Amino acid sequence: MPLAHRLRHLHTDQPHLFLLALMMILALLSINPLTWLVLTISGVAMGAMLFLMASGMTLTFGLMGVLNLAHGAFISLGAFAGATVMTFWMADTAEHADLLVNLLAIVPAMLFAMVVAGMVGLVFEHLVIKPVYGDHLKQILVTVGGSIILMQLIEVVWGANDMPVPRPESLQGAFIVSDAVPLIGGIALEKFRLVAVVLGLAVYGLMLWIIDRTRIGILIRAGVESREMVEIQGYRIHWLFLGVFVAGSALAGLGGTMWGMYQEILSPHMGDEMMISVIVVIILGGLGSIRGCFYGAVLVGLINLYVGFLEPRLAAVATVGLMVGVLMWRPQGLIPVIKV
Amino acid sequence: MTEPILSLSGIRADIAQYHILHGVDLVIPRGELTVLLGRNGAGKSTTLRTIMGLTTVTDGNVRYRDTDITGWPTPRIARSGIAFVPESMGIFGLLTVRENLILAAVNGPMDEARLDWIFALFPPLKTFWNRPAGNLSGGQKQMLAIARAVIEPRELLLVDEPTKGLAPAIINDLADAFEQLKSQQVSILLVEQNFNFSRRLGQSVAVMSDGAIVHAGSMAELADNADLQHELLGLALGAHQ
Ligand SMILES: Nc1ncnc2c1ncn2[C@@H]1O[C@H](COP(=O)(O)OP(=O)(O)OP(=O)(O)O)[C@@H](O)[C@H]1O
Ligand SMILES: [Mg+2]
Repeated sequence: MPLAHRLRHLHTDQPHLFLLALMMILALLSINPLTWLVLTISGVAMGAMLFLMASGMTLTFGLMGVLNLAHGAFISLGAFAGATVMTFWMADTAEHADLLVNLLAIVPAMLFAMVVAGMVGLVFEHLVIKPVYGDHLKQILVTVGGSIILMQLIEVVWGANDMPVPRPESLQGAFIVSDAVPLIGGIALEKFRLVAVVLGLAVYGLMLWIIDRTRIGILIRAGVESREMVEIQGYRIHWLFLGVFVAGSALAGLGGTMWGMYQEILSPHMGDEMMISVIVVIILGGLGSIRGCFYGAVLVGLINLYVGFLEPRLAAVATVGLMVGVLMWRPQGLIPVIKV
Repeated sequence: MTEPILSLSGIRADIAQYHILHGVDLVIPRGELTVLLGRNGAGKSTTLRTIMGLTTVTDGNVRYRDTDITGWPTPRIARSGIAFVPESMGIFGLLTVRENLILAAVNGPMDEARLDWIFALFPPLKTFWNRPAGNLSGGQKQMLAIARAVIEPRELLLVDEPTKGLAPAIINDLADAFEQLKSQQVSILLVEQNFNFSRRLGQSVAVMSDGAIVHAGSMAELADNADLQHELLGLALGAHQ
């Protein structure tokens, strides 16, 4: 059986692809194919947003062993900052239903969210993270404290009430695949999810390029292996870490903007509510691994949608179950980064 | 003796709460290869790590050229021209050979001529250029570790037990490499347990015991004096001589 054979190979060499294939096949066996397709695309879209939210945290942990439990607050911050620009912009362009114009409206929103989250990240690293390098217990206490302060600041700036986010006209609704198309005719693909998938893939591609091909990327990978050796080579690991922390915060902000538009309603705690999923994603993928984070996010997105469809009450349990299962099988996560 | 490139005076250093170095005085002549000998646990590695700013110095100072570098951060020490090959080699195993060397060339792209010189010294590095360094053999890793240290011209090399666990043929390759570096007037501080290797390369020698230098002089003098060797190193070298 060639398929079984191939699966067995995947099982050992590419555990992330194996798990992905296994999950999709199991779901396909229990859900009608058209529904399955819609769920799969939605799951990947959710995975893409989760990836944006989680990627900064995995790098921060991988590189410096810093556990930043305030990461969720940066997600919220990005959601609010992005929504502010959207609201402002939409006031002018609400009548334009043109996809291109609306896409142009999201771009400044995302950029603004990244700048705000990145700048707050810069200050946060200096005031909160730097004093507690190397001490996990203190990091947990201090970053939880920092997170509360950030959420309070969000309330001060944007008010204590939940805030609705305008989603551009042309990103509402769905593409309906014409009945004439064989096999998948008649299904509805929510536009916003497609945008999330494209954006997630683009950011993933860009990050892989930076990590794999650039000098900064080589330094980051080296730093994940051994901070001391990076310093011995003549590089200040702290500058590298600061850069990664700021970039990670900015990505959390970007993820937050997308997540906010997806939810269409914001609260200062929305990022914190995502932290369980974010932590599951980065542990599942292997701490410090960008590829692992991406596949972890897609797996969590998919299992949420599949199980949420089959038995909604079990969705959260399935997510944690997935992590526990993977850790029993691969204690270092799916794509481990070896620390020397 | 020529003017020293590096000198340690009265260095006391701690690792965590332990006092490891108890007043190390050591002078490294410029353009020579100095061997640092001593039994296991004498403090040789700690001395090298202290020069690189990797331990807490509680007293004394380290002078490099005309500058007091005591307490400098490690990257600054490295950029001032000191390369360090630790006992563990510190290869980035998930990076390719090429990537390891790209990072080691801190001042920009690698110099092609220098790279060719390195390939001539250590041909396996060319063969495995794009492979993960973690897959190299022990000897090849040591070649890479030394190549990293010399991919750009450096004034002082600190090398910790490069021959540990290596086969004689590879030890010979390493000795050739050190000979060439010596001929380029690079100053080298080499920690070694292999006395034959040290004797062949070393011009000066220092011996450590229990966190302090107990003997310093020329290698020729020590090499000719079996009693002194026995006293300092507990070596029974009769069989080798
Ligand atoms: N991280 C550490 N914590 C506590 N003690 C340490 C640590 N590292 C080294 N030491 C102690 O410091 C002393 C000197 O160690 P060092 O590694 O410098 O010796 P060495 O001369 O290089 O020995 P070897 O020949 O075995 O490499 C030893 O007694 C060792 O036990
Ligand atoms: Mg040692």
